[in-house]
This record gives sequence, structure tokens and C-alpha cells, in this order.
Amino acid sequence: MDHIDREIISASQAGLPLTPEPYQTLAEQIGISADDLMQRLTHMQELGIIRRIGAIPNHYRLGYKHNGMTVWDIDDTFIDALGKKVGALDFVSHCYHRPRHLPDWPYNLFAMVHGKTAEAAAIQIQQIANLLGEHCLAHEVLYSTRILKKTGLRIKANVPS
Amino acid sequence: MDELDRAIINSLQEGFPICASPYKQVAETLNISEQALIKRLQTLLDNGILSRFGPMFHAEHMGGALTLAAVKAPEDSYETIAEIINAFPEVAHNYAREHALNMWFVLATETPEQIQQVISQIEAQTELTVYNMPKIQEYFVGLKLEA
Repeated sequence: MDHIDREIISASQAGLPLTPEPYQTLAEQIGISADDLMQRLTHMQELGIIRRIGAIPNHYRLGYKHNGMTVWDIDDTFIDALGKKVGALDFVSHCYHRPRHLPDWPYNLFAMVHGKTAEAAAIQIQQIANLLGEHCLAHEVLYSTRILKKTGLRIKANVPS
Repeated sequence: MDELDRAIINSLQEGFPICASPYKQVAETLNISEQALIKRLQTLLDNGILSRFGPMFHAEHMGGALTLAAVKAPEDSYETIAEIINAFPEVAHNYAREHALNMWFVLATETPEQIQQVISQIEAQTELTVYNMPKIQEYFVGLKLEA
């Protein structure tokens, strides 16, 4: 990544311009050609620096009012095998192995579920519980009650080296 | 929000093309005009149904780092704690959750070292313990939510 890539990230991280030729608009702001910008974006997408270009909805506003972070205490021996299975469930949006903080946080598997009703979320959670079976020692569901901030990541165009 | 809005949201969660006139290209698949798509998108962003529209960057692939962290914020100072934490540009999102650990936020920094620096600053300013839970393994990211 060079300084132009950083400028592209800085100029587009709040959002893509809503103009008929958004990449041209962005390129003009940065002072490069639209072709150069599009090539760089394509390259960043290939490298995984850009996961994708698209829309991120507010879950609540789409009617998904029951957003639960389900957390599970799984035997470390089985966590990778089980984590892959939970991550493959078609309703799980994120699934990670994270560290415990004993004694007050025994959970090491995290999976996010989203339901339009409490019942829909409960059914999803039960499916995860069934899949984990006896390898899960305890679990909790932390429902979100409010979005306090959701801006996505922000980097500065120029970092002092 | 009508059927067309739903179709736009579902389509744009899948991805957006990199070409000279991308809105025109997407509008054609939705059988609407380029101007109609842009106008609808502006409204969806203005009224908060969409949080963002644009490239989603991957902090770790840019040489940076990400972590999930949580604090036990006392109820009577909850809003003040949220303000302090949200003021850090490294805080990408922050959610209130029902638990003793009642505030959960994602930190995205440009270098791995900065994660601990930001956590130390948050601990100093809030006088709370930050529970740092960086991922050990990622099993899945990226479901689209049907609008």
C-alpha cells in the first residue's frame, strides 16, 4: 500500500460519492485518473484489503430487533471443528474463537444471530446449542439494546513515519 | 421502505461493481433509472436504514489490527462512559448489551501495537477494566440480512 492507496481509503471510508460516476468523483478529489483509481480498488479487493464494496444496513431498521451475541464455553480441543460448523449455519453472521477471561468470562466461542422476533432468535440459538451438544459447558446470549456507534474503521490519509 | 427499497438493499449488500457508471449498471438489473437508484440510496442513508455505503476495509490486511473489547459501565455513568469511548476514532462500533459486561466495542488500529495503547487510554479515562478479546480464529464473517 502506498500513499495514494491510503488517500483512497481515507477519501472513501465514510462512503462512496452518490454521483453517476462515483469513481471519477473520488479520483478527482485525490488527483489521479479514474482508471488508476479503479485499478487500485480492484487490486485492493483482490488482496483482501477491501472485503467488498456495498451497503451495510442498520439491523434494527430492517426489522431485526433481536440481535444476540451468543457466547459459549467450549472445550479447546473441539473448538476449531465446532466453530467451523457454527460458522457454516446459514443464520450466523459472525463466528469467532476469542480468549476467555477467567473467572468472570468463561466463554471462548462467539456467534452473532439476528431475529425479527424473539422466537426466531431463540430457535437459532437452540440450533447452535443442539449442534454443540455436550461439548458446550455453559452459554449466554447478550442481546444488543442500542447502537452507541457504528462508523466502521477510520484511518488517516497521512501517517507520520 | 417499499419493495423497491428492499430490492436495492438486498442487491447492494451483495456488492457493487467497479466501472465507470456503476449505479447505471445496478439500476438496470433493478429495472429503474440511474437517477432513481441514486435518489433512493441517498434517502436510505439519510434516514439511517443504511449505516454506510462504500468499500469495507479489512484492518488486518492493511497492516493494522482489530479487537473486540468490553467494559462493565456503571448505570449512573453509562452515557459518559459511552461518550469517552466513542470519542476515540479507533472505535469502529460500540453496542450496549444486556450483561454485567454491558458495553462492547470494536477497535481498529493502524498497527497492532496501537490496540494496547488505546485500551490503556480508555482504561485511564474511564477508570474501568477493559476486557480485551482479540480473535484467535475467524470461522465466518459476512451474512447479508434480507431486507
